[in-house]
Amino acid sequence: MSSQKISLTINGESVEAEVEPRTLLIHFLREELNLTGSHIGCETSHCGACTVDLNGKSVKSCTVFAVQANGGELVTIEGLANGTEMHPLQEGFYEAHGLQCGYCTPGMLIRAYRLLQENPDPSDDEIRVGISGNLCRCTGYQNIVEAIRYAADKINQAEGAD
Amino acid sequence: MSDAQEMTLEEREASIGGIGTARKRKEDARFIRGQGNYVDDIKLPGMLHGDFVRSSHAHALIKSINSEEALKVEGVLAVITAKDLEPLSLHWMPTLAGDMAAVLADKKVHFQNQEIAFVVATDRYAATDGIQKVVVEYEALPPLIDPKTALDDDAPIIRDDVADNDEVGQGKRHHPNHIFEWQVGDKEATDAAFEAADITISEDIAYPRCHPSPIETCGCVASMDATNGKLTVYGTFQAPHVVRTIVSLITSIEENKIRIVSPDVGGGFGNKVGAYPGYICAAAASIVTGHPVKWIESRIDNLSTTAFARDYHMTGELAADKDGKILAVRAKVLADHGAFNTHAQPMKWPAGFFNIITGSYDIPVGHVKVDGVYTNKAPGGVAYRCSFRVTEAAYLIERLIDILAQKTGIDKAEIRMRNFVQPEQFPYNSCLGWEYDSGDYPTALKTALKAVDYDGLRKEQAEKREKGELMGIGVATFTEIVGAGPVRNCDIVGLGMFDSCEIRVHPTGSVIARLGTKSTGQGHETTFAQIIATELGIPSDNITVEEGDTDTAPYGLGTYGSRSTPVAGAATARAARKIRAKAKKIAAHVLEVTEQDLEWEIDRFKVAGSDVSITMKDIAMAAYSNIPEGMEHGLETTDYYDPPNFTYPFGAYICVVDIDRFTGDVKVRRFYALDDCGTRINPMVIDGQIHGGLTEAFAIAMGQEIVYDETGNVLGASLMDYFLPSAVETPEWETDFTVTPCPHHPIGAKGIGESPNVGGVPAFSNAIVDAFAHLDVTHMPMPHTQGKVWKLLNELGLNK
Ligand code: FES
Ligand code: FES
Repeated sequence: MSSQKISLTINGESVEAEVEPRTLLIHFLREELNLTGSHIGCETSHCGACTVDLNGKSVKSCTVFAVQANGGELVTIEGLANGTEMHPLQEGFYEAHGLQCGYCTPGMLIRAYRLLQENPDPSDDEIRVGISGNLCRCTGYQNIVEAIRYAADKINQAEGAD
Repeated sequence: MSDAQEMTLEEREASIGGIGTARKRKEDARFIRGQGNYVDDIKLPGMLHGDFVRSSHAHALIKSINSEEALKVEGVLAVITAKDLEPLSLHWMPTLAGDMAAVLADKKVHFQNQEIAFVVATDRYAATDGIQKVVVEYEALPPLIDPKTALDDDAPIIRDDVADNDEVGQGKRHHPNHIFEWQVGDKEATDAAFEAADITISEDIAYPRCHPSPIETCGCVASMDATNGKLTVYGTFQAPHVVRTIVSLITSIEENKIRIVSPDVGGGFGNKVGAYPGYICAAAASIVTGHPVKWIESRIDNLSTTAFARDYHMTGELAADKDGKILAVRAKVLADHGAFNTHAQPMKWPAGFFNIITGSYDIPVGHVKVDGVYTNKAPGGVAYRCSFRVTEAAYLIERLIDILAQKTGIDKAEIRMRNFVQPEQFPYNSCLGWEYDSGDYPTALKTALKAVDYDGLRKEQAEKREKGELMGIGVATFTEIVGAGPVRNCDIVGLGMFDSCEIRVHPTGSVIARLGTKSTGQGHETTFAQIIATELGIPSDNITVEEGDTDTAPYGLGTYGSRSTPVAGAATARAARKIRAKAKKIAAHVLEVTEQDLEWEIDRFKVAGSDVSITMKDIAMAAYSNIPEGMEHGLETTDYYDPPNFTYPFGAYICVVDIDRFTGDVKVRRFYALDDCGTRINPMVIDGQIHGGLTEAFAIAMGQEIVYDETGNVLGASLMDYFLPSAVETPEWETDFTVTPCPHHPIGAKGIGESPNVGGVPAFSNAIVDAFAHLDVTHMPMPHTQGKVWKLLNELGLNK
């Protein structure tokens, strides 16, 4: 099968690759680039385990072709922390017990990362609606909501202090 | 000696991070960074991908399988069928229930999406291309979908392979589609009690077929190393050691040449207990090709083939006196096990522990009869976040007691109070054969009623009814039986259901512990370290817990049925105590006193009545350098724990719903869950387990069902149709607790993971039915979808 050249930025680094046009973004990330933090739970765009941030939007990378990300800017779970310093969301999930098996967690974190940029001070209900494209079978969401709240407060406080 | 001496006792206690502390989870560090290592993350050199050609029919003969075109597809290396596996005797595999299951369909297919051929290719895209090109010719047979017709004289025979056998692994049977009949209790006395009773009630209560559906599906990577003949299988296994033994038994590869590894597992809930064709085919393909082979299940394959749960068609009856005191319980069940009996219960228990249907109530006599049947549906019958068939039992009794309350006009909380086993009756022997270990049911319910202002709610409900509004209050006071189990009556393929823990204390006083269980999200790396921390006085941060690699972990039966804490947790405490006993001898030697002079204090042995002491850390070093004569060096041990009894966690749940009488929309206004799991190891983890279990209960009660049409097409086996609630639908949970320690467990713990599912489902159902109770509605079939609720509203004319 003929392949196509793509170039994009992933977690701040530029990446060039040859991909088959039919290759899904999630498979490109996981199998070609070994970025296995984003997971697969359905491949039908329902579960959100594969969520990545593409050009400032949360997308389900199981329903995007790698070639569609050509020229784009991508953030995955691997790019969320600042070196060894955890993102406030990662800290929130740890502090509030926002994860159990951890399988939904990377997608959930990347979705929350965008949510807090769309709405820096969301109510609990807004958080629930904001993550409704990401399914979790373990936590019952309550602690995830708390974790995102924790991060929002922390970010807002830091900004208030500036 | 150290700073520790300047700390107060409380500070020292706190620095340990032991039992009772809401310690943050150790495993989180990798998961929040995307550094977890799940099976699909594993990539081995030269690895191939395999996937299945699946049946489009529910019941058909296979006339031919043509792989010619598939083998021409670029990247496709092999197409494996039953014929290819036959010489290795791998085309069928024995099930945990004594039946046989087809690995690849052998001459006929028994359910839709059954595995027919395994296509092996260089990557998953090529495998999919190959699958499209395999041509299967079928001759359709009449399908059998409704279990109620399975035992009819003219029912189509599903299992030609065993049609003439008078048993299929679980006792005598009387029809080619019959699997087993299981009875327990005193039938005569029960029938007599029903004859004589003032009040009897009876209800047909079905628990629909549903599916655990963890976000990670099943999968494996099998790798045969031709140079040393060792087969390594990484996979989503809740019970890795059992898998190793079974693989050895069916392949005749010696167990030392098999290594089973469960890496991080993305949720299990019973789905990952069983052995599936994908595992066998990947292993066979690796042996044949000499390459590692990966198989990862798609979501549709997951929902439609591996491990359904429930599908219990129950008729339940209670006999009672005028005061609502229950005199007898009777249940008849038709259990749909699908095409092969692959349910995963301890072998002597074809219907699991369904005879826990006495629940929390002191019922003098009872009788249960369960018949298992084959249908043209996917095989399974797993315990979906519950102990074996316990959620079915709890659902039945909790629904029945509500119906009895309605019939007698007694309040639903009050009737429970009147029937509870009383605290002083423990250990309590139930009429159906269990010895309940401990409990205080009245206190639990009273606490719950007070917390929600139950009387106030009932008043509000009465006022709302006046106005034609629908409000329901659901009460569930469940008792579980978990922690399988005593080896005398629990085994899987002959392996006793003990569990194990090995502890090694290093010279500098840190620890590695390995267990026979396998966390699928419960946080064992955190909580088991806490048990050791308390027992040994070593900070839990210095304790590494490992599970899931059969080359290193001691033999154990795995994680399911809430058995990790009751069984492996007990082994952990006992192993630690063995170490402490040795440490005491070393302490006496080092301090030049006798053991009788020593007392234990948090993290050290102290000479009674003096300031002289030695910490566990220092004892650890001494164990490798300065030991009494005749003692062996080191500070290591293993404990295999055979529990003397099961544990019986319980709880009192209250759910309040408001129902829109025009749209059928059900709003959960409040859900209060009081759980008693005995000693609480980590309150944060416990609350997390309850939140998750209640959410699964909510999913089951409100929407989960695997539906088949009359020709055996599985409808809606995708997340488009199968209900996994999002954060929007999921209610807020309120948790509470009482503590009644388990008398026979070394630290008094009972297990928590499954209580919220077992108690949650009836609490939701009871709340919804209660909203209609004043209109003489006694039961509504699950799941309570908006459509079904609306239909009832429409029938009752309430939406006008
Ligand atoms: S894998 Fe992409 S949404 Fe489920
Ligand atoms: S933590 Fe397991 S699916 Fe969310």
